[in-house]
Amino acid sequence: MYLLILAILVPFFFTAFIPLIHNRVGSIHLGWLVLVVPLVLFSIFVVQVPTISNSDTLMQTVHWIPSLGINFTVYLDGLSLIMALLITGMGALVVLYSIYYLSPSDSFPHFYAYLLLFMGAMLGVVLSDNLLVLYVFWELTSISSFLLIAFWYHRKNSRYGAQKSLLITVFGGLGMLAGFLMLHSMTGTFSIREIVATIGQYPEHALFYPAMFLILLGAFTKSAQFPFHIWLPDAMEAPTPVSAYLHSATMVKAGIYLVARFTPVFGGNAAWFWTVTLVGLVTLFWGAYCAVRQTDLKALLAYSTISQLGLIMSLFGLGSAALHFGDGEQGALYGLAIFAALFHMVNHSTFKGALFMVVGIVDHQVGTRDIRRLGGLMAALPITFTFAVIGSFSMAGLPFLNGFLSKEMFFTASVNAASLPIFGASTWGIVIPIIAWIASVLTFVYCMIFVFRTFFGTPQSKKADRKQVEPTLGMLVSPAILCVFIIGLFFAPNLLGDHLLRPALNGIIPEISGATPHIYAWHGFNTELFMTLGIVIVGSALYLTFRSWIKIFRLQPAGWTFTALYNSFLKNLKRASNWITTHYMTGHLPSYFAYIFMFFILAAGGALIFTGALSIDLTSDSPISVYEGLLTAVMAIAAISILFAKSHLAAVLLNGVLGFSIAIFFVLFRAPDLALTQLVIETVTTVLFLLCFLFLPEWTAEDSSKRTKFRNAFIAIGAGVTITLIGLTVNSGKLFESISGYFENSYELAGGDNIVNAILGDFRAFDTMLESLVLFIAGLGVYTLIRLKLGKGSGKDEHQ
Amino acid sequence: MNINDVILKTVSKAVVLIILTFGIYLFFSGHNHPGGGFIGGLVIASAFVLMFLSYDSETVSEALPIDFKKLSGLGVLLAMSSGIAPMFLGGAFLSQSFGYFDLPIFGKTELATVTIFEAGIALTVIGVVVNIILSISEDE
Amino acid sequence: MESLIIVLVGVLTTVAIYLVLSKNVVRVILGTAILSHAVHLLILSMGGLKLGTVPLLGEEAVKYVDALPQALILTAIVISFAVTAFILVLAYRAYQELGTDNLGAMRGSDDE
Repeated sequence: MYLLILAILVPFFFTAFIPLIHNRVGSIHLGWLVLVVPLVLFSIFVVQVPTISNSDTLMQTVHWIPSLGINFTVYLDGLSLIMALLITGMGALVVLYSIYYLSPSDSFPHFYAYLLLFMGAMLGVVLSDNLLVLYVFWELTSISSFLLIAFWYHRKNSRYGAQKSLLITVFGGLGMLAGFLMLHSMTGTFSIREIVATIGQYPEHALFYPAMFLILLGAFTKSAQFPFHIWLPDAMEAPTPVSAYLHSATMVKAGIYLVARFTPVFGGNAAWFWTVTLVGLVTLFWGAYCAVRQTDLKALLAYSTISQLGLIMSLFGLGSAALHFGDGEQGALYGLAIFAALFHMVNHSTFKGALFMVVGIVDHQVGTRDIRRLGGLMAALPITFTFAVIGSFSMAGLPFLNGFLSKEMFFTASVNAASLPIFGASTWGIVIPIIAWIASVLTFVYCMIFVFRTFFGTPQSKKADRKQVEPTLGMLVSPAILCVFIIGLFFAPNLLGDHLLRPALNGIIPEISGATPHIYAWHGFNTELFMTLGIVIVGSALYLTFRSWIKIFRLQPAGWTFTALYNSFLKNLKRASNWITTHYMTGHLPSYFAYIFMFFILAAGGALIFTGALSIDLTSDSPISVYEGLLTAVMAIAAISILFAKSHLAAVLLNGVLGFSIAIFFVLFRAPDLALTQLVIETVTTVLFLLCFLFLPEWTAEDSSKRTKFRNAFIAIGAGVTITLIGLTVNSGKLFESISGYFENSYELAGGDNIVNAILGDFRAFDTMLESLVLFIAGLGVYTLIRLKLGKGSGKDEHQ
Repeated sequence: MNINDVILKTVSKAVVLIILTFGIYLFFSGHNHPGGGFIGGLVIASAFVLMFLSYDSETVSEALPIDFKKLSGLGVLLAMSSGIAPMFLGGAFLSQSFGYFDLPIFGKTELATVTIFEAGIALTVIGVVVNIILSISEDE
Repeated sequence: MESLIIVLVGVLTTVAIYLVLSKNVVRVILGTAILSHAVHLLILSMGGLKLGTVPLLGEEAVKYVDALPQALILTAIVISFAVTAFILVLAYRAYQELGTDNLGAMRGSDDE
């Protein structure tokens, strides 16, 4: 059974199918057909839930390049299953939503082809056990993300955002690939499970930390962690369903998934703990801080996504401490952080997906996403308003919504970390809950901005372009389903916890058996609850006094942003490469030849001298007869005379002398076939030259400067000397026996007495066949060149 | 028509025949003696080139209605298909075989599939060489 | 003999490369033709010269010269003919279209 491998491939097959069917669907929207794919896949994965919740795993392998240890191995455990359910479930909702969101002028086939491409690639990322297969799918998600951000490619901002996201994520991806290769050279396998099993043997390996940081680079760029977060706000140029799907619910979680996957490999040491935790916390704070100042609803959500991703990331960092303690009470305590991370990952997908869909509805119905032009929409869009309240209150961590539960667990983890006795956390650990609390206050503020500035206050209908009414029912279905989850997960969190989160947790930290967490909505009056109360009080106060402290953002000088840094880096890179290229790409053929020959002299001649290979030994030479000496002299004189020939006719005749002399050499050196061929070819070549000279002008003396001539002579002599030295060196030593003895069996093997001919027609017939093909192509080229006459004007048209 | 042309045309009539015979001989002798597809093809091509040089191309084309472009394509096709054929018999691409047969008149004769391959090469060479020379000389 | 031929190869290479570095198209083409002559001689001498009889088994000799370089050169001769023909025609057509045989004047336009 290769059900899981098929599940990955189905979206790709369907993608290939789209161009064939999109013209034949008639009045049915293409989205309805596409919707079948995520629905079927979702049900496939739902069926696996009972197996996985029994702590079983599934593995299926198709051998791909077994000699290199590269197999298409699919491995399904709790973590993969959560991701797969998110990918297919959110995929189905987003496809459904997009049917109503896209306008008829958009290209449906492109949109759905890219979306399915992404879905397949993302499933590949979370299900692959082989690192290289994972990498391929990883980059495929970057490419499909690029295509989707640039979906409205006629907009400059879309193209800019697409390029930015591609450059940053692929840069990280390449780093990750290097990390994977290091892991392979440490452990000798590409299989993640085998690496997890054997990594304990290599704690002191020199590549351990480089591999760790490179893989983290991949994870941080993909999950938009500080300071690589700058691509995510620009990715909001994508259509809103894409933002909801790729840039909040799934693709940006690939980095988180990677960190979770590699926690058992690298977790348990201080470097991993502090890097992941601090990067996560800084991202959490910075994202929330930037979100507060945004005036575009989507930009606000983008920064809030960055912030929430940082939160999940920091939880994985905190949880990695569990591996330091191993099985026991302490281990179970910190293992809770990983549990909270997984829980929040699911919750974030639900409320952020709903919020993006709300923004899409507002944008679609009102025509703007600018907070300054919105207000008082509650009356016009009551249902949408309800969704917005549910989603953003959950994000703010208010009770009776799933965000409350995971936020409480986050506080628990951060408070626990403050008293962590290892990694030097006893002195610095107190920073963790403080940052967490401040960021949460800011989160509360922007959630309030999102709801109240959009839906309360005076209606600004005069400024809006369209009539404000609720959208069609279809557009409300997807956010409604998500809102049901937001509330449902609050009241029955352990349904999710027992069946999915706990198996996933056991997959990440299998050695800690004591970690059997249970989610409670009520913990009594403890620190976490007071932290939440504080957030509500301080956050409300800050929201109400928003106008008086907004000036704080002006403290940061304009232009001192990471985006400005990125822009100027790209600009200078372009300028520098342009400068270098225009300086050596002169468009002048002799320059290029000069580079080639100079490089040849340096590389080949240098290698000859520095390796000490140079040796000249004349003892094994065969004797020289008088004819041969004379012929050599004739050729040398003829060759040098060509340089001084006054007309091209003379030069070609001298070349003929060379050619016919070589034919005689072939006779002397016992090569009758070559002599015959050379004679005929030389004749035909000379005829060809003479024919062309009918049309070409007489050549004139070189008008180059003395310096150029000197340079050319220097290069020519250098190359000639190099060739001679290499030839003499090779001639004076015999490293291995000649293989030609084999061909002397040509009568037995090929039935021919002529060895040369047997080699051409039988032993190495492939060469000969391709050679005749080259000849044929050259003939076609000549014919085409002669027959293809460009009109006088047509050449210019091409440049216009 | 000057006297040189008359001499050239008369001589080439005889010489072309000799060159063609020699070329065909070289082609078939290549298996055991100097010669083969390349050389045979080149020599035959040079006979054609001589014909085109001594007469004008219209006259030759009338007497010899061959499209040399198609001939070269045919040659490549023949060489390749002679390589593909053994694949259907379980051999590798381009594997050649040979055998000895008793034929009337010739007596014991060796027949080898490599001859078909060589014929493809020869046709390609003839087609390309003549085509190149013709293309240039016919231009303007 | 081999060393002498290799020195000759060096001379031919020097001449060929000097011609190839020139600005005149015909010189460049002649240079490539001479370069292929040089390479053919080099390959042949690498197999050893005059160490046996012609590589025809009908000669029934004790020792034959190395046949592999000969097969390689045979292929190379025909290919170099094809390449020479192609670039010659290219030069001729370029002269027709651009009115120059000077590579310096044939540089692409600035906006490329």
